[in-house]
Amino acid sequence: MNVVQKLILGGREFESRLIMGTGKFASTEIMIDAIQASGTQLVTVALRRFNRERPSDDLLSPLVKLGITLIPNTSGARTAAEAVRAAMLGRELSGSSFVKVEIHPNPHHLMPDPIETYEASRELAKAGFVVLPYMSADPVLARRLEDAGCAAVMPLGSAIGTGNGLSTADMIKLIIADSGIPVIVDAGLRSPSEAASAMEMGCSAVLVNSAIAAAGHPADMAAAFATAVKAGLAARRAGIMSRSECAVATSPLTSFLTGA
Amino acid sequence: MTIILNGTLYELGDPAMIGHLLTSLDIVPERVAVMVNDRIVPKEERNSTVLNEGDRVEVLIFMGGG
Repeated sequence: MNVVQKLILGGREFESRLIMGTGKFASTEIMIDAIQASGTQLVTVALRRFNRERPSDDLLSPLVKLGITLIPNTSGARTAAEAVRAAMLGRELSGSSFVKVEIHPNPHHLMPDPIETYEASRELAKAGFVVLPYMSADPVLARRLEDAGCAAVMPLGSAIGTGNGLSTADMIKLIIADSGIPVIVDAGLRSPSEAASAMEMGCSAVLVNSAIAAAGHPADMAAAFATAVKAGLAARRAGIMSRSECAVATSPLTSFLTGA
Repeated sequence: MTIILNGTLYELGDPAMIGHLLTSLDIVPERVAVMVNDRIVPKEERNSTVLNEGDRVEVLIFMGGG
C-alpha cells in the first residue's frame, strides 16, 4: 500500500495517524488531557464488568464528549468465540462498528493467538465489522487477514508494555510491501522516534498506549508522539534518500589544501 | 428472586425487567451493555425482557484498554 494515500478505515478518512489506547492511565483526567494533546481521532477501549464501587471507571461518556471514534477491543477473550461475543457487546454499547481483535491467552508474553485471531476476524468481517486485528508481525498471516476482509492489520512492534520498540521492523517492512490495506504498528513502541520510524518505513498509522500512559507527563508525551508521527509521514511523502554502500561526499573534494 | 449479577448473587424483587435492575444499581442505561444467559439484550428490549430466578446477568461498561 502506498502510504502517501489517506488513512481510510471503514469508509471514513482519518487525518490523525496516531491511535491511542486508553489503558494504564493514572486517572481519567490525565487520559483525557493526553487524548486531547495527541489530536487522535481513534481510541481503543476494553469491556469490563460494571463495578458499583468504582463508577468513574466508565469511559464512554467522557470519550463521547470528545467526539472520538471508539474501537472496542476484545481483550479478555481467549478464543474466537469469546472475541466475537466481546465484539458484539462492544458494538451494542458504542454503536461503532470498529473492533480491535485482541486474543492473547498467555499473560506472560501477551502474544496474540494467530489461529483464534484469524477465525474471529473472518467471522466479524462477514458480520460487517471494521476489523483491526492485533497480530504478530507475520507477513503470511497479514495476507490471510487481508483476504478475510480486515480493514487493516496491526502487527506488534514488540510485546505489549515492554517498550522494546520496533524489534519486528524487518517483518513489518515485508508486510507493508505486500499489503493492500493499512498497516498499523501496535504495541511495544516506547518513544516518538520509533513512531516516526514506523511511519517512514510505510506504516499508515501507529497505536500507542503504554508509552504515553506511563510517561512522566502523558499529555506532553502524547503531543510529542503526534509531532513524530506527522514528521515520519511528511518524510515519507518527501522521498527519503537512498542508502549507499560507500560514502558520497556532500562538499567538493579539492586539492588546494594539500598544496598539489 | 436471586439472580447472578456479574458473577455474584443479587437479590431483586420480582417480577423484574432489566430496566428495573439497572435503576436499582443507579446505572445510566446508555452506559452499559447487558447479557442474560449469554445472550446480548439490546437497549430497546430491556424494558420488555423479564428476569427469572437464577438468570446469569452481565452488566458491562467500557474501561481503559489498549
